[in-house]
Amino acid sequence: MRLAYYPGCTLKTKARNLEEPAIASLEALGFELEEIPRWNCCGAVHSLADDDLIHQVAPVRNLIRVKEQGKDAVVTLCSFCFNTLKRANLLMKDDAEKRDTLNSFMDEEIDYSGEVRVLHLLEVLRDEIGWEALAQEVKFPLRNLKLAPYYGCTLLRPREVAIDSVENPTILREFLKALGATPVEFPESTRCCGSYQIVSSPDSISGYAWDILSSALSHGAEALVLTCPLCDYDLGQGQKELVKRHNGFKGMPLFYFTQLLALALGLDPQVCHFELNHGSPESLLRENGLLP
Amino acid sequence: MSVSISPGRVRSEFVKKIKELSGETLQLCYQCGMCSGNCPMVSNMDLSPRQIIELARLGLEEEIANSKTVWICASCLACTVICPRGFDLSRLMEAIRLLTLRKRVDYVRPEEIPVKERGELPQIAMVSGLRKFSG
Amino acid sequence: MSAKKKDKSSAETMVKKEREVSKAKLIPVHIMGKRYDVPEGLTLMKAMEYAGYKFIRGCGCRGGTCGACGTVYRKPGDYRLQVALACQKTIEPDMHITQIPFFPANRAHYEFADLTSAPEEVFKLYPELFRCVACNACTKACPQGIEVMDAVSALKQGNITVAAQIGFECIQCGLCTSRCFGELVQYHMFQLARRIYGARITPRAEHLIEMTKAIDEGRFDNTLEKLRHMSEEELKELYRKREEEPVTAGEDWRPKDKTYL
Ligand code: SF4
Ligand code: SF4
Ligand code: SF4
Ligand code: SF4
Ligand code: SF4
Ligand code: SF4
Ligand code: FES
Repeated sequence: MRLAYYPGCTLKTKARNLEEPAIASLEALGFELEEIPRWNCCGAVHSLADDDLIHQVAPVRNLIRVKEQGKDAVVTLCSFCFNTLKRANLLMKDDAEKRDTLNSFMDEEIDYSGEVRVLHLLEVLRDEIGWEALAQEVKFPLRNLKLAPYYGCTLLRPREVAIDSVENPTILREFLKALGATPVEFPESTRCCGSYQIVSSPDSISGYAWDILSSALSHGAEALVLTCPLCDYDLGQGQKELVKRHNGFKGMPLFYFTQLLALALGLDPQVCHFELNHGSPESLLRENGLLP
Repeated sequence: MSVSISPGRVRSEFVKKIKELSGETLQLCYQCGMCSGNCPMVSNMDLSPRQIIELARLGLEEEIANSKTVWICASCLACTVICPRGFDLSRLMEAIRLLTLRKRVDYVRPEEIPVKERGELPQIAMVSGLRKFSG
Repeated sequence: MSAKKKDKSSAETMVKKEREVSKAKLIPVHIMGKRYDVPEGLTLMKAMEYAGYKFIRGCGCRGGTCGACGTVYRKPGDYRLQVALACQKTIEPDMHITQIPFFPANRAHYEFADLTSAPEEVFKLYPELFRCVACNACTKACPQGIEVMDAVSALKQGNITVAAQIGFECIQCGLCTSRCFGELVQYHMFQLARRIYGARITPRAEHLIEMTKAIDEGRFDNTLEKLRHMSEEELKELYRKREEEPVTAGEDWRPKDKTYL
């Protein structure tokens, strides 16, 4: 199967450690990702106002590129991109009036009516490969690693775009199990990290982050597993401060799910770009014999 | 919190506009407070999400304008998925934000973000922040 | 040709041209909302001059390269806004035209020597970059046919190289900026991208480094000294007798006299 691939801007700079291990892993699994030509930033957040169609243009334009490319599905790795593209896609599918307005506004593009499917990579792994088959491909099981899945918001909310049960998601748990790791469930796994509040009130973010990190810690997790570069920043950048503030807290490594995938598949750890991670995960990996 | 309501203070134009912008039926809400209980940002808000709805449908524009709540909301949709009445509070929050932003009153202006942060924040933060906080 | 003679002949051609113009069919155009009948075949710029406008701004090279004469126009029955360089575009009947010689746009201040090739340099100087909504109005407005939105996307993605390449032929007319929903200043950002690309990303030319070193070490000191002591006549003679590189010369062309190589 050949899938269209939508990277998202951050994955080309600060979150190369989300993108590169994904591409290498999919190649190893026999999937070829074909990056959408001439993609533009999706806008990150879905516009929630009824009359605000201009902010739907960016995600829809990307979906038009996928259609032009002749693909029927587009895969994303960033959960924000996933959410924004999928919600815009639903709008184009279900709302005839807004669809017409958007199509005629983009008079230089072909018409679009929601033909393309928007998928998150986790869905592809679950539905196209399957957890059992994935487990078969694992060369270095992540044994002994106690990892807490952190979903954040955009993979699960709103209900119409959720990739799994909104209340009791299991997809990351199953993924981690397939890689041989020990998933650690904790109640804050779907609680928002503060998102774009980092731009307006950076000081409040460390509070939100502490709620999440300390809960994962108290449930026995050694690291958190993420799908989103904004989660990564919000939960990672303030950790130095949190270490100072909270006695006994030594910081918590953050992984992108794709890094764990690449490691378990036995790919060169170089593709994981651990140097870009917050909370230096390398020592944890070394302790467990997963890095030389 | 106590608020005084009198015909002179109620802004029916305001109610009409936020209904239009949000596309939501304000009457749906029965004030159970599940949204506030589930909101991860509520501890930093001066008015709870539930209170915002009540004030909004009473047309108390000033009380809402004086509150920081809509700017603390992170559009995480925790309230949306838990509401027993199917009310999408995140859309109401957005509608209220837009009423301000569309008057060219920005909550965050790009040039006011410290230069160091501009270099450190991932693009995703800048894009989403400027979309929610600048008009 | 003496100066006097030249004046006379150019005056003659002007008169001749004016006669031609006066013979030409007049067509209606609307300049900033007022109708004028102007001879067909003129450029927008000449049509405006014919109608009595004098340019103290909004006109530079008259050759389509300086970007001073950005103009917007519409034609009857077409909702689309069209753009052109006034010095390049020929008038058409019933056009409504307005020149936008300059559009306010803030240029960031920076010390170029301090800049690196990191994408964040652009983010720091032009944070409004992230307000782009991908409306594509900029691309539609570019008289140079540049995919302006794609270059903006590239900058957002941190790809200065692609942005510099797409925006290479930008003549800074500012029409994209006049149309931008996000209120970005595309052309200043492209200029920054081209500068960073040129100075920090493209590989240095090795032979240039060698040559400047040789010059510093005095390789041409004698020759220059000789030139300095020549009379004007001698210099002119030398110039007349110089060996010119043929227009068709290839990369491997070398002069016969190799003293200066
Ligand atoms: S959500 Fe982000 S990373 Fe994803 S494309 Fe949009 S801004 Fe870029
Ligand atoms: S947790 Fe934070 S960044 Fe992640 S999806 Fe939610 S709001 Fe986003
Ligand atoms: S959860 Fe729903 S019904 Fe209850 S107060 Fe909030 S919006 Fe109203
Ligand atoms: S969307 Fe806003 S109000 Fe609702 S739970 Fe999230 S932060 Fe709270
Ligand atoms: S990119 Fe903008 S400034 Fe440059 S030539 Fe095109 S319209 Fe003019
Ligand atoms: S006109 Fe401005 S907002 Fe629209 S695509 Fe171009 S840069 Fe983006
Ligand atoms: S006058 Fe220079 S481009 Fe037209």
